[in-house]
Amino acid sequence: MFDYLFIPNILYSSKGEYSTRRTFTSLETVVFYVFAALALAGALMVISFKNPVSSALSLVLTLFSTAVLFVLLLAHFVAVIQILVYAGAIMILFLFTVMFLNLKPESLKFESKHLGFKVSALLVILLFVGYFASLGFKKGLFLSNTSVSEMEGFGTVQGVGTTLFIDYLLPFELTSILILVAIIGVVIIAKKRAN
Amino acid sequence: MIVWIILFPLIGAVINGLLFASGFWKKVCRGDEHSEHSISSLIASGAVLLSAILSTFYFVQLLSLDPPQRQIIQELFVWIPSGDFTVSFELMFDTLSSVMALVITWIGFLIHIYSIGYMHHDKAFAKYFTYLNIFVFFMLILVLGNNFPLMFVGWEGVGLASFLLIGFWYEDNEKAYAGRKAFIVNRIGDFGFLLGIFLIFFIFGSVNYQDVFGKAIDPAFMSAVPGVTITAIGLLLFVGAVGKSAQFPLYVWLPDAMAGPTPVSALIHAATMVTAGAYMMARCNVFYSQSPTTQMVVVSIAAFTAILAATIAITQNDIKKVLAYSTVSQLGYMFMAIGVGAYAAGLFHLVTHAFFKALLFLGSGSIIHAMSDEQDIRKMGGLRKSIPITAITFLIGTLAIAGLPFLSGFFSKDEILAALYDRGYTIHWIVALITVVLTALYMLRLYLLTFEGKSRVPESIKRYVHESPYSMTIPLIVLAVLSIFGGYIGVPDFMGRIIGLHDTNLFEHYISPAILLDNAKEVGHHLFGHWALVGFSIGGAALGIIIAFYLYYFKPSAPGEIANEIEPLYKASNNKWYVDELYDYIFVQPFSYLCTMAARFDQKIIDGAVNGVASVLKDTAYTLQTAQTGVIRSYATLMAIGAAAILIIIVLW
Amino acid sequence: MNISIEHYLVLSAILFVIGAYGVIVRKNLIIVLMSLELMLNSANLAFVAFSRALGDMTGHVFMIMSITVAAAEVAVGLALLVSIYSHRETLDIDVLKLLKG
Repeated sequence: MFDYLFIPNILYSSKGEYSTRRTFTSLETVVFYVFAALALAGALMVISFKNPVSSALSLVLTLFSTAVLFVLLLAHFVAVIQILVYAGAIMILFLFTVMFLNLKPESLKFESKHLGFKVSALLVILLFVGYFASLGFKKGLFLSNTSVSEMEGFGTVQGVGTTLFIDYLLPFELTSILILVAIIGVVIIAKKRAN
Repeated sequence: MIVWIILFPLIGAVINGLLFASGFWKKVCRGDEHSEHSISSLIASGAVLLSAILSTFYFVQLLSLDPPQRQIIQELFVWIPSGDFTVSFELMFDTLSSVMALVITWIGFLIHIYSIGYMHHDKAFAKYFTYLNIFVFFMLILVLGNNFPLMFVGWEGVGLASFLLIGFWYEDNEKAYAGRKAFIVNRIGDFGFLLGIFLIFFIFGSVNYQDVFGKAIDPAFMSAVPGVTITAIGLLLFVGAVGKSAQFPLYVWLPDAMAGPTPVSALIHAATMVTAGAYMMARCNVFYSQSPTTQMVVVSIAAFTAILAATIAITQNDIKKVLAYSTVSQLGYMFMAIGVGAYAAGLFHLVTHAFFKALLFLGSGSIIHAMSDEQDIRKMGGLRKSIPITAITFLIGTLAIAGLPFLSGFFSKDEILAALYDRGYTIHWIVALITVVLTALYMLRLYLLTFEGKSRVPESIKRYVHESPYSMTIPLIVLAVLSIFGGYIGVPDFMGRIIGLHDTNLFEHYISPAILLDNAKEVGHHLFGHWALVGFSIGGAALGIIIAFYLYYFKPSAPGEIANEIEPLYKASNNKWYVDELYDYIFVQPFSYLCTMAARFDQKIIDGAVNGVASVLKDTAYTLQTAQTGVIRSYATLMAIGAAAILIIIVLW
Repeated sequence: MNISIEHYLVLSAILFVIGAYGVIVRKNLIIVLMSLELMLNSANLAFVAFSRALGDMTGHVFMIMSITVAAAEVAVGLALLVSIYSHRETLDIDVLKLLKG
């Protein structure tokens, strides 16, 4: 969908003279890397901050970045939904609860003695993830992003609506029941007992 | 319909047993013991009487047939259908089994009548009659069965009934142990018997009498069978007979079996069960007649048993023990006859022995009843005036067993002695002759010490000495008559010829169709003719009687002096030659040691293993429990690690 | 360099791992719940990526369902959290161990 933009790359040769080389960098790549970095940064901040409010706001950042990535993937409707519902309603709920409970920033000394273990565990897990991913590339598990025959209205409201209400009507209805149950549950749980 | 012969006692037993066990009688009679007893005894005795009448009826029917065809067979149902090995519940009433059936049922009936009086005071009256009927049922199956497994069923069944009845008063431990001893020693014999049956099936391919005996007398078939096998079969079956019929070395249970009620001793351990071995061997005559080795073994053991038992009997002081050893001795006689091939003689002695031994036992029961349960003859004496009927019948029985001429015992014993001599078993004949002397000696001793002479009865008992009621004396009288006149069915030929009768040995003629093979080879020395042999046996009996009279009537102090002179011998004889103690030392103690070891093994090792498994599991559970801390974080950690592990495994494989 | 689907998936995996790490390590219950949301978000990213790669709208639909479920779960979780806090005055998950076996 996006055309290649012509962005000049200035390269400095070792001789001191400069030449202009035309390389093709797609806008898509740039946007991807920027917002991926933002998402990662946000995630790392979520798990690092002492203050719950800061953590919540970092999570909002991550969700926003993910929404942009959704747009890159031609999932416009879903991106907007993510911002509205996830970043909007759910995170507001988190912040509300934090404020309501008046939570203080906690002392973040990693009270557990095994900080080193945890860091190394994280690294190992990341390593495994990378390993699997690369395995997947080699085995051809994933498809390259070549032009795929897209259905009519891919990613638009019309497309989502068609799939949702024709192919997945039953799960849709069940989801509404789920929400109802959750509402009832929440009301019962959070009600003040008369004691 | 010969099955009804065995069904009547069974029905009687079931009715008595169920109704006794359920307390039905008590409710019906509302505590009136007399009517309770009446109903029980009526059912039981009536059942046996019906059997007896039926047996007689079929006996008469047999007589109307030609001798070779004297057989009534009735098949009821197929018991074991197993391919080649088919056993059916089949009954056969032929001459041999008819004799046994008549003896069992009629003498059984008399003993039932006697028991009504004898067991009058007993609490478990109906139980006693149930057991008696069970015994008659199984004994009849034993003699009427047409194949070996069925005989074995009866064999085991009478062993069971014997156990139940010996240990009838089981509250007394000693009596219960006596029952147990009888059953266990019997079992040893049964083992040999079973092996014999297996061998028979292996060789002949069937266990049916007709099939097996038919093949066994067929020379063509038998030429392919090695002689050793027939000997083996004969010996194995004889082992069973040694157990059941109390020969050496398995006779030790019979004297202990006197712990049971006296009518039981009369029926089971005198007249019927112990004779099952003799019946079995007479039935299998084809095997014994073809194997001289087995015959020698049988006769030798029988002779040894006879004289051994007689030497013990002369020093015993308990009436019933004397009679018990006498039974062992007389059984030896029967087996001697069967061992040499004179089957008819052995069976004839079986019949006459049933008469006078039952008489003697019932008489002793009457004495014991009169003496308020005292059984030691040293405390008796001079009872003839107090209990005359018992005394006279007892005397008749004594003289019969001693072999007084013209009483039944004379004819049967004489025939056995003659058979031994005629077939060349001279040594055994001498042993048997000595035993005749001893028999007369100890039996007359018993009579004299009990009924004659000065009374040694303790004062406390003396005034209660009374004659027994009619229910007990009438069977005594009937048996006495039989003991006197019963012998005339088997008068040997040479005697009958004197008064001009031919073929007087009715018994032998009657039995002969069942005796399929009889090696009646007269290879004796013929140094002495028939009459000389008769003279020898009469002389022996007379010698015994005279010695007895001398020792116990005319000079009562003499036995004491003699006993002092030969004290070790006397003590050994009185203690049964210490055979029981020997068995205990050789067999019982090592075995109980083994059992203790096994029990300890079971406790320590097997239980230990089971408990060990349980405790291992418990410890594992305790260890695993530590993982359930309730700390969410560790749960989450473990879940993450687990999920990663699964992913790794899936992707790598 | 073209962005292919693998890039998105790797990103999703890394976000997931960071979220898992947050669940395991952090002490405060609210932070734990937020990390949980992070994990869910990464899964949604993977869904949509696959949906683009396969040209099927199913992924989008699933993602919507996922958001719904996440919303319900957050609601209930926060309600529980409020209730726990009002009883126990603490949100330290190391202290909340009544479920000890």
